[in-house]
Amino acid sequence: MAKHEYKKIFLNGLITENPTFRLVLGMCPTLAVTTSVQNGIGMGLATTFVLVCSNLVISLIRNFVPSKVRIPAYIVVIATFVTIVQLLLEAFLPELSASLGLFIPLIVVNCIIFARAESFASKNSPLPSVVDGLGMGLGFTCSLTILSAIRELVGAGTLLGFPVLGSAYPGILLFILAPGGYLTLGLTLVAFNAVMGKIDARRRAKAAAAEGSVA
Amino acid sequence: MKENLWLILLGSILVNNFVMSKFYGTCPFLGVSKKVSTAVGMGVAVTFVMGVASLVTYFVQYYILEPFDLAYLQTIAFILVIAVLVQLVEMVINKTSPSLYKALGVYLPLITTNCAVLGVTILNITESYSLLGSVVNGVGSALGFMLAIVLFAGVRERLENSNIPACFKGYPSTLIAAGLMSIAFLGFQGLI
Repeated sequence: MAKHEYKKIFLNGLITENPTFRLVLGMCPTLAVTTSVQNGIGMGLATTFVLVCSNLVISLIRNFVPSKVRIPAYIVVIATFVTIVQLLLEAFLPELSASLGLFIPLIVVNCIIFARAESFASKNSPLPSVVDGLGMGLGFTCSLTILSAIRELVGAGTLLGFPVLGSAYPGILLFILAPGGYLTLGLTLVAFNAVMGKIDARRRAKAAAAEGSVA
Repeated sequence: MKENLWLILLGSILVNNFVMSKFYGTCPFLGVSKKVSTAVGMGVAVTFVMGVASLVTYFVQYYILEPFDLAYLQTIAFILVIAVLVQLVEMVINKTSPSLYKALGVYLPLITTNCAVLGVTILNITESYSLLGSVVNGVGSALGFMLAIVLFAGVRERLENSNIPACFKGYPSTLIAAGLMSIAFLGFQGLI
């Protein structure tokens, strides 16, 4: 496969089909752990690791697994890597592991991982699958970082724990609490849609103008 | 008896509502809440699976994993139990009540990837509930899920017909509505 095709697969996950903003997949961890930037990045990278490894293994075994039992087989592969991440985090980053809590084992049921296994890794050879997993995972990590930066800044006036808005800023607690998750994601999607709509409209206008000049 | 079952039930339905304050099961909550009727169907199916899953994983944890020092296999074991259970429920409902099967059809296999189910089974173990407490917590959490999804389906049916700016259509307006409903659920915080 040519180099530019890998780039396309990678950018597809990062922007064009961004799992959070475009496909709206994997909402549970997105909403739950984005209370601080540290949690957001940690969750994003943990998911990326699982996604890359599971995509690789599933693409390697794709020709040996009968299609009837593929779902349980994928579940076992994904759950294995999630367990590895869980044990590694507990051993080396116990603080992060404690603050992500239950959402680490719940990476197993993250729809993004399942969706990529089913729609990409089960149909493509190992290298493109790894690239796809990396793109999707980093796209997910970026979205989580953006959302958690907004929530931490508005909710507590800090970024990565450092005070940014000064000690006079009271912090709007609502944004750290559960409703803030829904509201931040909703408003960010509005902004994303508005920008994407503008870009699409401009592209269409350009195409129309080009057609007009040809005619 | 140490644990108060009523407190567990009330807490899991209202105070720690799975969807509104814990974010478990957000995917089906956003996906299957377009109509009140389908929301009720999904809620019933999830309630059943979560109740039974709480029961089965209790035995798996305390009679298989712990005696054999296999606690690190918890995630894999539980997700397999849930997947098998969902398959079983699907087959039983198909044989005994084809009409219910038709109504739930599409939503049954989806329950496997509902993180509320895996979430509640792991939570039962970390909170070290007894057998009865686990089942009550499982059923209560599922009822809370059902309450939220049915209420929200009512909101969305109204939202569908309203005239809103293009960039708010679809998910954004849905998420903002969910946020407002979640603020309402914050009101239960001091109940227990």
